[in-house]
Amino acid sequence: MARLDVITGNAAAAWGARLSRAEVIAAYPITPQTTIVEYLSDWVERGEINARFIRVESEHSALAAVIGASAAGSRAFTATSSHGLWYMAEMVFWASGARTPVVMAIVNRAMGPPWNIWSEHTDALALRDTGWIQFWASNNQEVLDSIIQAYKIAEDKNVILPAMVSLGGFVLSHTSMPVEIPDQEKVDEFLPPYEPPHYVFNPKKSDPITIGSLALPSDYIKMRLSIQKAMDNSYSVIKRVSKEFYEIFGRWHGDLVKEYMTDNAEVVIISIGAVAEEVEAAVDEMRENGLSVGALKIRITRPFPYQEIAKIADQTSAILVIDRDISFGWGGIIAGEVRAALHKYKIDTPVYEKIMGLGGDEITTDHIKAAVKEVIEFIKR
Amino acid sequence: MMSKGNILDEIISAEELILKGHSACQGCGSVLSLRYVLKALGRDTILVIPASCSSVYQGLYPKVAFKVHTFNTAFASAAAVASGIKHGLIMKGSPNTNVVVWGGDGGLTDIGFATVSGAAERNEDIIVIEYDNEAYMNTGIQRSGSTPMGARTTTTHLGKFEPKKSISLIALMHNVPYVATANPAYPFDLYNKVKKAKGIKGFKLIHIFSPCPPGWRYDDSKTIEIGKLAVETGYWILWEAFNEDGKIKLEISPPSRPYLNPERRKPIEEFLKMQGRFRGMTPEMIEALKKWIDNQWDLIKKFMD
Repeated sequence: MARLDVITGNAAAAWGARLSRAEVIAAYPITPQTTIVEYLSDWVERGEINARFIRVESEHSALAAVIGASAAGSRAFTATSSHGLWYMAEMVFWASGARTPVVMAIVNRAMGPPWNIWSEHTDALALRDTGWIQFWASNNQEVLDSIIQAYKIAEDKNVILPAMVSLGGFVLSHTSMPVEIPDQEKVDEFLPPYEPPHYVFNPKKSDPITIGSLALPSDYIKMRLSIQKAMDNSYSVIKRVSKEFYEIFGRWHGDLVKEYMTDNAEVVIISIGAVAEEVEAAVDEMRENGLSVGALKIRITRPFPYQEIAKIADQTSAILVIDRDISFGWGGIIAGEVRAALHKYKIDTPVYEKIMGLGGDEITTDHIKAAVKEVIEFIKR
Repeated sequence: MMSKGNILDEIISAEELILKGHSACQGCGSVLSLRYVLKALGRDTILVIPASCSSVYQGLYPKVAFKVHTFNTAFASAAAVASGIKHGLIMKGSPNTNVVVWGGDGGLTDIGFATVSGAAERNEDIIVIEYDNEAYMNTGIQRSGSTPMGARTTTTHLGKFEPKKSISLIALMHNVPYVATANPAYPFDLYNKVKKAKGIKGFKLIHIFSPCPPGWRYDDSKTIEIGKLAVETGYWILWEAFNEDGKIKLEISPPSRPYLNPERRKPIEEFLKMQGRFRGMTPEMIEALKKWIDNQWDLIKKFMD
C-alpha cells in the first residue's frame, strides 16, 4: 500500500530513484545534496535495493560513472548541486551527446564566491543548452514523482536523452513535508525496466560498437540535429507521461507547465521550482483582495514550453516573471526566455521581470505582492 | 611457463582486433602495443578511451579500425567511465567482460589521474593501460608530467628540468592486485602481462613505454631499437608487482634482469643520441638523468623480496 510519510526533499529524491529501480548510483558529497546519496548508499548496503553504489572521487567522475553504467545498459542515477554540477559540466554535455538517458537530481544552490550554500536556480539554468530535459519541482511530492516520470520520458525510444530534476536547496531539500510514497508494484506498472537502444554495449549479443569517435562537421551536424529532434519529440512524450502518471497515481503537477487561477487574470506571474508554491499562495491572498492575478509554473525549461506561455500571455494584460537566477549583463534567465516565446508568436503583452531570492534570500508572499503592485501601477500609467 | 615458440604461435594465431586502415603514424608504439593488448584480451572487451592519439587513429566516423566495443570519453574521465561500465555490466549479467582504459600519459598521469587513483583505491575490477609516449603528442608534443628530464617539447624548449612522474610507481602505492610495466619491443612480456591482468580480479594497471617517432624525433624504422635501448640502458625497467595479503611482491621481468647490475647497462647516451628530443642536453642534465635512473632502480629494488 502507498503510505503517507513526512520527509525531506532529499529523502523524496532518494525514494524516487529507489522506486525507479536505479541499478547503478554514483555520487560525490556536496551540501545540500548529501543526504540523497546517504539514503541510497544505506539501502544498497542493507540489501534493500538491488543496485551498485560507486563512491567516486569527484562529481566529474560521478557523472562519468553513471554515463558508463548507462552505456552498459543499466538504469543509472546521480545527484549533485551547484559547484558539483559545474565541476561535472563537461560530462553534462557528454551524457546527452552519447545519448545516455541518465537521471540526475540537482539540489539548487548558489555559486561562489563568496561561499553560499543556499537556494538559487542559476546553477542548473546556466546549463540549459546541454541537451538535458530539465524538470523543476515545487514540492517534495513533485520531487519524488518527477524522478519516476523523468526516467520514463528520458528512456522513451523517441527521446533517449538525460534528464535533471531540480529541487531548491534547503527550501525543499531539508524541509519536511507530507509525501505519499507509492507502491513499488504500481511504479513498476508505470515504469517498465529500461530497454536500452541498439547502440548500447551488450557483450552477450551485439557486434562491436563505437561511441563518440571523431566526426567531421557533416556528421557532427547530423548528430546535433538528432538531439534537437529528440528534444522536440520529448514535448509530446512529457504530456503523455504526465497524463499517464495522473491516471495511475491521481497526482497532477502539470506537464510542461501548470496553470493556477489564470482565468480572467490581468497579471500572470511566471516562476519555476519552489518559488511557484509561494507565488500560488500570494495569488490566493491577492484574489481574496479582489485582484485578478494568476500564476503559471514552468515545470520544464527544456524543452521550453513556448506555446503554452504564448497562449497564456495572449489572454492577459501583463506578465511578471520572478527569476531566482541572474545572467550577468542580461538579467533574469526565465524572463529572457519568456520574451523570446512571445516574440516567436508575435504577442506583445508586456513582460516585467523581478530578480529575487539570490543566494537563499527569502522570497515571501509580501515580496511577490509588492512586485505585482508595481506591475499594476505600470499598466495603469 | 610457456616456451617462446608457444607464445609466438599463440600471438600469431590470436584474432587481429586492430583492422587495416587505422590512422596511426608509421612506427607508432601505441598502436603496436594495442595490437598485442587486444590479442591477449580477445573480443569480449570494452575499451574506454580518453582524448588521445588513439581517439583519432581508431578512424573517422562512421568507420572504425578497432574490432572491440569502444567508448570514447572526455579527457579527465576514463577510469570513472570504466568503473561505471563495469558496474553496469555486473547488473546486466556480464561481469566477466574485460573493461579496459586505454589512454596516454596526458589523460592518465595528468588530467585524468584522479579517476585512476579513485578507481585503484576502490579496487574496481578494470584494467588501466597507459601507453606512455612521454608528452601530449596528439596536441603537438607539449610537456606532460610523464615527460623525462632533459626532453625538449613544444613547451620545454630548453629541455624539461623536472624528472618524470611515474604512473606505475604511484599505482603500486595504492595497494592494488597487479601493476606492471611493459614495452612493445618485448611483445612476449607485454602479451603475458596483459593475459595475467585479465585473469586477476580487481584493479590492474599496465604502464607501457610507447616510442613516438614524430614526438621523439627519430626515424620511424627505429621504434623497436629505441624500445630495446630503453631497457638495455636501464632507463625503462620492466617489472610486475602482485599484492599478496597486502604485501607488495615485485619482480623484475626477464628482459630487465641483467640490468640490475649497473655495469651491464649500456651508456644512456646511446638511447639519448637517437632521439632529437634530447638534443642539446647539457652534461649536467645527462648526469642528473643518470642519477635519476640509478634512483629508480634503488627504489624498485626495495619492493623485491
